[in-house]
Amino acid sequence: MKNAFGLPQRVVVLAGSSDIARAITKRLCAARAHTVVLAGRNQQLLEEASTEALAFGASHVETVIFDARDPSNAERTVTTSFEKGGGAVDLVVVAVGMLGDQERFQDDPALAAEMATVNFTWPVAALARVRSLLVAQGSGRILVISSVAGVRVRRAKYLYGGAKAGLDRLCVGLADSLEGTGVSMHIMRPGHVRSRMTIGEKEPPFATGVEDVADDVMRGLADRSPIIWSPPILRYVFSVLRHLPAPLWRTVTDSMGR
Amino acid sequence: MSRVTLRGWGRTTPGVATVRHASNESEITATLESSRALIARGLGRSYGDAAQVSGGTVLVSDISDVGPVDDEGVLDIGAGASLDQLLTQCIPQGWFLPVTPGTRQVTIGGAIAADVHGKNHHLDGSFARHVLEMRIVTPSGPATISPDLDGELFWATMGGMGLTGVVSSVTLKLLKIETDKVLVDTQRFSNLDEVMSEMTSGDENFRYSVAWVDCMTRGANMGRAVLTRGDHARANDVSPASLRAPAPARLTVPFDAPSGLLNRFTVQAFNEAWFRSSPRRQLAKPESISSFFHPLDGIRNWNRLYGRRGFVQYQFCVPEESSDTVRHAIEHLSSSGVASFLAVLKRFGPANPGPLSFPLPGWTLALDLPVGPASLPQLLDDLDEMIVSAGGRIYLAKDARLSPEKMRAMYPKLDAFLEVKNRVDPEHQLTSDLARRLDLVGA
Ligand SMILES: Cc1cc2nc3c(=O)[nH]c(=O)nc-3n(C[C@H](O)[C@H](O)[C@H](O)COP(=O)(O)OP(=O)(O)OC[C@H]3O[C@@H](n4cnc5c(N)ncnc54)[C@H](O)[C@@H]3O)c2cc1C
Repeated sequence: MKNAFGLPQRVVVLAGSSDIARAITKRLCAARAHTVVLAGRNQQLLEEASTEALAFGASHVETVIFDARDPSNAERTVTTSFEKGGGAVDLVVVAVGMLGDQERFQDDPALAAEMATVNFTWPVAALARVRSLLVAQGSGRILVISSVAGVRVRRAKYLYGGAKAGLDRLCVGLADSLEGTGVSMHIMRPGHVRSRMTIGEKEPPFATGVEDVADDVMRGLADRSPIIWSPPILRYVFSVLRHLPAPLWRTVTDSMGR
Repeated sequence: MSRVTLRGWGRTTPGVATVRHASNESEITATLESSRALIARGLGRSYGDAAQVSGGTVLVSDISDVGPVDDEGVLDIGAGASLDQLLTQCIPQGWFLPVTPGTRQVTIGGAIAADVHGKNHHLDGSFARHVLEMRIVTPSGPATISPDLDGELFWATMGGMGLTGVVSSVTLKLLKIETDKVLVDTQRFSNLDEVMSEMTSGDENFRYSVAWVDCMTRGANMGRAVLTRGDHARANDVSPASLRAPAPARLTVPFDAPSGLLNRFTVQAFNEAWFRSSPRRQLAKPESISSFFHPLDGIRNWNRLYGRRGFVQYQFCVPEESSDTVRHAIEHLSSSGVASFLAVLKRFGPANPGPLSFPLPGWTLALDLPVGPASLPQLLDDLDEMIVSAGGRIYLAKDARLSPEKMRAMYPKLDAFLEVKNRVDPEHQLTSDLARRLDLVGA
């Protein structure tokens, strides 16, 4: 069970080998998590993440393999992960996503669709299953890794940002639908995070590291914040940015890099 | 039958469950038979997740008849009755609870499940000592139990947090009183050592004793405290020698305060004001039973003052020989700067055979801490370590954050408890969010 500080004991992480997910998992294990199910695409990376979780205090780690390009496996992936958890799951982290190569993908219908599938459709299918399992449990939390890229979508990243925008907006409604079920939702909106996913990208202002993101998550869990911004200042930055006139918005965001 | 979000008094760990009511033993049995996961709930005054089971069935017993008191002070009472009901009926007849916690809004079932203690533990022990026998419904059937009749189950139930069955009715032995007043001595101490040494030497001369300690002040005045001690006034001590039932709450907190309202600055200011307004020394002042035993019952829903994030209560006890741990814990807290209201410090007398009963001979300290400071979870984990190495433990009725490993280290008789639980509940139907968190469901 979770405790008074929102610290879970049994955790399922979808895309458990991503850098952000790993940083969060380490924190959770150092606190109270004893059972962790890591689902992901790459067995070797999952093994590394498992070893790390054990080193940080978990006593039981399981892995599940899935590919987010195929939403038809989402239900099975979630069901198997819950079964392997072996009891009421306190927290499900949805960290699935790919940044993609906008310039190469934007004129290719198949690749553009894949961006939507991985960043939106698969997570939505998975959330449908997570929702019903947690509601039946009568407890639990969902942490969805969204992105500030979805708060206002910019041209240099519109495939990624657009899919995240869809996911983020959907989760706001999903969160409301959970009122009174004992289940709750945290939407995490990180800015630019230094990680494998962003290697080689030009760094915009307010860039952050995965460890800082994990800190902000822990604080958000304890505070029961429905929206977790990382770094927190982005909440205010974006309350201005989202209202900039389009030409100005383009100039500002273009200067942040491709 | 309805699905309801339930929380403890600290309002930190919500869970949704189906709530069912039972008005006799066969209804309890029927509900047990149709539930995979079930726990009893009283008035929800435990602070954490003890009286809820997410996704399962929460049973509220409506068996609340308060029987007549015989000449010896013996009374049969439904486990769903509150201490308030009992006192309202019994004080006018000159009988009082032999052990009362800091609120009357607690059921008899809850008092048994937590094996509650009062300000007189050093002399009169915990609730268990005054229970002659009780009726319990377990998954293996209903039973009458007492220290002599299936003593193992009786003791596992005292402090067993509802995990051995649903208590339906109880036979208690009450305390004779002549008035509804307590004669109270109050004394102010400028630091922790002074108050502890006075309690060590003087407490045995008073039936009731408790000290309120300021855990935020550092330096020479660390642990400054106000000690209040007393006993029931005799008929010729006060006039008029009335025997009136306690009055219901007059004030209420109608909605959640903002979460940051109780922070280190406001709380420190409160502590300061309280300390200065307490008398330096005052003897035999008559106080009403309500204001002496249940000061917070005057304000309904005062827990809402802590806001949406809620609060935790941290209550530990340590054996006599580890009394230094009390000082170390307060040092650790005061130097961390987290907000904490006046803590309650008490001496405990001998323990009873209950494997999960909390009190052990020595000291207990309880403090309320608003959820919020990022350092708080780790700070309390550090305190757990100190308590374990001192041979002490945490009170489950107040807990919402302990880990299963620490639980095991603090309660060395846990396996004996689980053995009894497995005997009466072989399918592990009796469970709660607390039991899941702390691994008390049984295997
Ligand atoms: C302001 C305040 C002051 C307090 N002061 C003290 C104090 O001085 N000393 C002290 O010891 N405690 C104190 N407490 C704690 C309180 O006495 C216990 O938590 C008590 O268990 C609460 O009883 P309840 O009826 O509210 O039970 P709940 O909180 O509803 O349930 C508590 C436990 O009792 C079990 N239970 C309830 N009914 C039954 C039943 N019929 N059969 C079997 N199990 C049952 C539940 O399963 C649960 O495990 C205080 C609490 C508050 C809010």
